[in-house]
Amino acid sequence: MDYFAQQLINGLVLGSIYGLIAIGYTMVYGIVGMINFAHGDIFMIGGFIALISFLILVSFGLTAVPLVLLIVLLVSMAITALYGWTVERIAYRPLRHSFRLAPMLSAIGMSFVLSNFSQVAQGARVKPVPPIITGGYTLYDAKGGFAVQLSNVQIVVVIATVVLLLIFTWLVARTRLGRDMRACEQDQTMAALLGVDVDRTISMTFVIGAALAAVAGMMYLLYYGLVDFYMGFVAGIKAFTAAVLGGIGSLPGAMLGGLAIGLIETLWSAYFSVEYKDVAAFSILIVVLIFMPTGLLGRPEVEKV
Amino acid sequence: MSDVTAFQKERAATRASGIFFILKKALLSAFVALVLFSLMVGIRTEAGPTGQLIYWTRFGELASLVAAVFVGSIVIELLRQWLGRAGASNIIPPSVQSGLSVAGKLIAPALLIFTFLVPVIFYDQRYILDLAILVLTYVMLGWGLNVVVGLAGLLDLGYVAFYAVGAYSYALLATNFGLSFWVCLPLAGILASLWGVMLGFPVLRLRGDYLAIVTLAFGEIIRLVIVNWQSLTGGPNGVSGIPRPTLFGIPLTPDDDGFAARLGIEFSPTHRVVFLFYVILAMALLTNWVTIRLRRLPIGRAWEALREDEVACRALGINITTTKLTAFATGALFGGLAGAFFATRQGFISPESFTFNESALVLAIVVLGGMGSQLGVALAALAMIGGFELFRGLEQYRMLVFGLAMVLLMIWRPRGIIGHRAPTVFLKRSEAISSDLVKEGHG
Amino acid sequence: MSGANCILSVDRLSMRFGGIVAVNELSFDAGRRKITALIGPNGAGKTTVFNCITGFYRPTGGAMRLTHDGGAEIALERLNDFRISKYAKVARTFQNIRLFPGMTALENLMVAQHNTLMRASGLTFLGLIGAPSWRAAEKRAIERASFWLERIGLIDRADDAAGNLPYGDQRRLEIARAMCTEPALLCLDEPAAGLNVRESGALSELLLSIRADHGTSILLIEHDMAVVMEISDHVVVMDYGVKIAEGSPKEVRDDPKVIAAYLGADEQEAIAVMESDT
Repeated sequence: MDYFAQQLINGLVLGSIYGLIAIGYTMVYGIVGMINFAHGDIFMIGGFIALISFLILVSFGLTAVPLVLLIVLLVSMAITALYGWTVERIAYRPLRHSFRLAPMLSAIGMSFVLSNFSQVAQGARVKPVPPIITGGYTLYDAKGGFAVQLSNVQIVVVIATVVLLLIFTWLVARTRLGRDMRACEQDQTMAALLGVDVDRTISMTFVIGAALAAVAGMMYLLYYGLVDFYMGFVAGIKAFTAAVLGGIGSLPGAMLGGLAIGLIETLWSAYFSVEYKDVAAFSILIVVLIFMPTGLLGRPEVEKV
Repeated sequence: MSDVTAFQKERAATRASGIFFILKKALLSAFVALVLFSLMVGIRTEAGPTGQLIYWTRFGELASLVAAVFVGSIVIELLRQWLGRAGASNIIPPSVQSGLSVAGKLIAPALLIFTFLVPVIFYDQRYILDLAILVLTYVMLGWGLNVVVGLAGLLDLGYVAFYAVGAYSYALLATNFGLSFWVCLPLAGILASLWGVMLGFPVLRLRGDYLAIVTLAFGEIIRLVIVNWQSLTGGPNGVSGIPRPTLFGIPLTPDDDGFAARLGIEFSPTHRVVFLFYVILAMALLTNWVTIRLRRLPIGRAWEALREDEVACRALGINITTTKLTAFATGALFGGLAGAFFATRQGFISPESFTFNESALVLAIVVLGGMGSQLGVALAALAMIGGFELFRGLEQYRMLVFGLAMVLLMIWRPRGIIGHRAPTVFLKRSEAISSDLVKEGHG
Repeated sequence: MSGANCILSVDRLSMRFGGIVAVNELSFDAGRRKITALIGPNGAGKTTVFNCITGFYRPTGGAMRLTHDGGAEIALERLNDFRISKYAKVARTFQNIRLFPGMTALENLMVAQHNTLMRASGLTFLGLIGAPSWRAAEKRAIERASFWLERIGLIDRADDAAGNLPYGDQRRLEIARAMCTEPALLCLDEPAAGLNVRESGALSELLLSIRADHGTSILLIEHDMAVVMEISDHVVVMDYGVKIAEGSPKEVRDDPKVIAAYLGADEQEAIAVMESDT
């Protein structure tokens, strides 16, 4: 039971990271109808930027952990958001009115560019980082049994996720930008006719998605203590699975899906086999798309003939 | 006089604003590049000797990269103003285009003859022969995927799965049961084809992007299963000792009962290479012939109609399910056969050869070639694999350039190098249909 | 109408989408070898009815019985998808023309004969080896396609891409393509939309000849009243998902309920207007 509780905690934390990435996928799909294959690699870039920022700050003698975290968070969100903006401008915007396959292939190309760029720029080896946030709490300790622990890192991840989700939900529901995003999602042409700057709105969608992915990258770095250039590919597919599971186009669905995938992956590795945990995640994607394509919170589509 | 000077002044002003505009854009691009590359290029991290992370700065490289972006931005802007909008594919005037299509009819036979003669021309250059075999393997893969993506319009991002199933089926059949190449080859193809049907069945209802990502997931699952099912596939160590093909039972070895000995000529390892070359050439040509014939048969026409408009197909009484399944099965068959060839050529296979990169590469070949065009796909395979070879020694940059090439290709010429489709039946004259009219399919 | 005279009998057909009732207990008969028109204001549910009949929607209630010439009865509500065309022999055209734009006119008509040709090609295998029986079947298919191309006046454009044809030609090509499936019932969704007077005259002539020469029953949705009045044997009027009138073209034209529906007025006002006219 204690083991199970520990896995639950671990799963939810991992799931928060997936959820943050999944939001980017679901927002972009909702507004431009494309799967941003490069989004997972944006997450990876976010992790790298966080890593390098940490390194620089530490080497300059900055040791106050909360301050360092805050600076790294802001820097990594800003720069990664710029990556997201650039990718959209270069690879997707020119293709917006092209045929269906073009943005997808462009996205795949961009994914290769990003992952290989980081491999070339930073070397192919995994980069380890000593734990930045240490310590935690023992929640429950059965004598002679398994101690259920909640580490500080985990608390930070969950709090960051919750705070960002709140900010973001407020953004979509209350601000002008959020309203524009929702309008573009429904009917781009009409939104444009009513004065919405569609190009800018779409750009901002990518930017916000990238910023959230950057946070996910930083959390990943804090939690696992390493980054490598390949982590975007697998995390990307899992996060997309989360988005689909939650219902593509639905923001709470993306988070819900992320938590679900995180839990499933953790529980599967704990109770069945670690080697096949990725297979489990990919299989869920297939099963969901075949049997429940609208996901948990999505809206069903009726075919218009 | 004053009118002329006023007009000249106006023109000068426009030109100046043009230059000003370009400079402004270039500066903006350079600034963006500076921010993007500041940390990733400017700082280089590495795991240090004692396991901690160290770094050093590379400001020189950062500066040159930013400068390159600045210059490049100016160049692109100038090009754009000279050629009109960058999205136009009208760089080649129509008269040249129709001239090219006449030449196109000659290119195919000429290329075919040349290909037959490659082992003769390059007999001593083992490197070229190996490269040619590699190119032909990808040509066959391209033609196979062309059936699924180009003809039927089904977005398959996991084609490598069939390649892997074919390769591993062949390897395991040959090493465990000692069956000959000519028996194992069709068996591997059939197994791959069965896998294609099994894969196709559940994913039929999916469209476009969803189909793409599900096929990608299937491809990854196959690879992960291969890596982890060590007892069957040998895991990361792969399968080795795969027997080489024989010329109908006559081995191509230096032994006394070998091919060379029988013919009374001196043995050379090139014999086997040449033999393999003609085997893959025959297989590729078979793929081509079957595809061309199928296009003229109702099933092939149904594939293309499916790509054009699935709803209309249903209204005409065409069973969409079986049509999609046959497309998958046929594409998988050819992929599996290519995989079997790959296994026997290498003598050793491991999961590293069957990653998503392969699927992306074959898909890029099909799209670059102009979906549905046999000649286009062959030329594209030649260009891609040839291009890859140019990056010998610069392997790290290879995939980076490949990614960039894909993005640029989609922006400039999404329809591929062959911009038209040839109809499969005609009353009076066969007139090529421009790619602008041809739908790309939604899965 | 009895089974011998009636090819399609729609009985209390209903279609719901979530909370919206698009079609509510609609019943009507389409006469054999007759032209039946389904008319009504926009949003009345006519295309929904079509989609139910042709297997694109599964109706939430009711039955549709199709009776072939030989007496075989088919419950359309139980078939869907391609089976409606293949087994029930119901063909249709679409409101927003759905040709295969990247294929030639001839190829479009060849695709329509897919099922016949598939059988003749021995599920492709006979075709692969070039068997004479296949070649003969293919020749016959090309002849049938040529016949229809000539019938609609497009024989000279047989090898042109369908996407390049002018609008009116595309409409007629779609009808020809539907006829190549040798249907018992031909369903046309606004075939005269966007056609000028001369073109809709040619369309009317085409449909009348289809009925006369091929014995095909026709069911059509149409807004062009000239075409409806000229060729229909029977008219069914819908509004808000229900049938509001039925009868010969003349009867329907003078029905105040129908006029009211189209004008968006109510029946009393329509009667008042009509009486003030005379």
